[in-house]
Amino acid sequence: MAETPLVQDFATDWDHSDPQWVADPYPIWEDLRERCPVAHTDRYGGGWFPATHAGVSAIAKDTDNFTSRTVVIGNGRPTELDLPAPIGVAPPITSDPPFHAIARRLILPAFAPGPINALEPMIRELCSTLLDTVKGDEIVNAGTTYAQYIPPGVIRGMLGFPEEDIEKFLEFVHIILEGIDHPEEERIVEFMPVEEYFTAQIQDHMDNPRDDLTTYLLNVELDGQKLALEHVFGTMVLILVAGIDTTWSAIGSAIWHLAHNPEDLERLVSEPDLMAVAVEEFLRFYAPVTMARLVKHDMDYLGCPMKEDDWILLGFPAANRDPVVFKDADKFIIDRAENRHVAFGLGIHRCAGSNLARLELRIAIEEFIKRYPRFDLADADSVTWAPGQIRGPRNLPIRVLQ
Amino acid sequence: MKVRIDPELCQGQGRCFSIAPSIFDFDDLGNGFVIGDGTLSADTLALAQLAQANCPEHAIFIEE
Repeated sequence: MAETPLVQDFATDWDHSDPQWVADPYPIWEDLRERCPVAHTDRYGGGWFPATHAGVSAIAKDTDNFTSRTVVIGNGRPTELDLPAPIGVAPPITSDPPFHAIARRLILPAFAPGPINALEPMIRELCSTLLDTVKGDEIVNAGTTYAQYIPPGVIRGMLGFPEEDIEKFLEFVHIILEGIDHPEEERIVEFMPVEEYFTAQIQDHMDNPRDDLTTYLLNVELDGQKLALEHVFGTMVLILVAGIDTTWSAIGSAIWHLAHNPEDLERLVSEPDLMAVAVEEFLRFYAPVTMARLVKHDMDYLGCPMKEDDWILLGFPAANRDPVVFKDADKFIIDRAENRHVAFGLGIHRCAGSNLARLELRIAIEEFIKRYPRFDLADADSVTWAPGQIRGPRNLPIRVLQ
Repeated sequence: MKVRIDPELCQGQGRCFSIAPSIFDFDDLGNGFVIGDGTLSADTLALAQLAQANCPEHAIFIEE
């Protein structure tokens, strides 16, 4: 594989996989906001990166000029074959109006606060069980033994897949996360064992309906008709892809922050009522998710000569650091009262799982600091950050303090 | 003073009913709505304003 050249100037040659961006993107975005504010790149076949809240907001809400046909940047562009209309690979995230609203209305009830809040005891038990496995250890890898396992454990439970299948389930999650942007023919082969397992689970739920997300998807009706099984499977894939490394990253970032900001850790431990605002500030400051759009047609937009099929890197994390919208935007303020952050996106594609993500993040932090009221980073230099559009710590060794 | 949510702008971000559950509730899709006719008292105005200041979609309006 040819070596990718390092970026010299992010204003004219941005790359969200560049090591400098992966390690610490915030100074880059600050610089771009001051002198661009829409950066360009010829990489990935051409694309734009608005670094301001105003730019991100305008594009997120503009479905006339930008399409969500694909939301993950790659070197190629999706074709009609990749994304057969109207379902697409993963509705509704890859859908545009008017189909988008239909697909979204199907899944929103399952992720509304009512059913999601009911999961609290299950999530708490899962977190507590995960912490039991490292009981007594002085060094705990909060990334690979804790944060990583929470979202898949929760989603397995929501789908109603057997608890003893958790290892198998984690392997399937891995296959899907790795393969989602592979070419269709490769993806079909890679997804085969996943499809077999999911099909068996779907069949089991058809034979034995119960109160879970799989049964909900099988029973929900679109124009008086139940969903095609491919739609059910596609929605399950979306829930896995969208709900796992995103939330895992948010949990990891929060623990990483607390590990090297002892005054914030102390406040959270002694003032549990702060948790609600603290969660929003974690989401603002360490927003894990950057989405993508494609430009629909040639146009001048935000002063830029955009071409059809140019990428837009839709940086919600960058918008969250814009000083025009947030006072002391570059400071983490644990009790920030006014926080209009956009970690879950803006407009019609607002993260459908935001209520679940928030709940998981809050409980994961609560259980962690209950178990470990004092901790720091065991080896700050060994912390690694995921590259690409989902940002969060992966290796995260924590030293438990007495 | 009265508070209202513009249903065209609300995307179910969920901030209003978390911050001010006495003023806002959520429907089956998770979108926010105002409980009752939205009349605010001297006591609830500040809470409604806080919810407004936290809505990413700018969907909450407080009017005479």
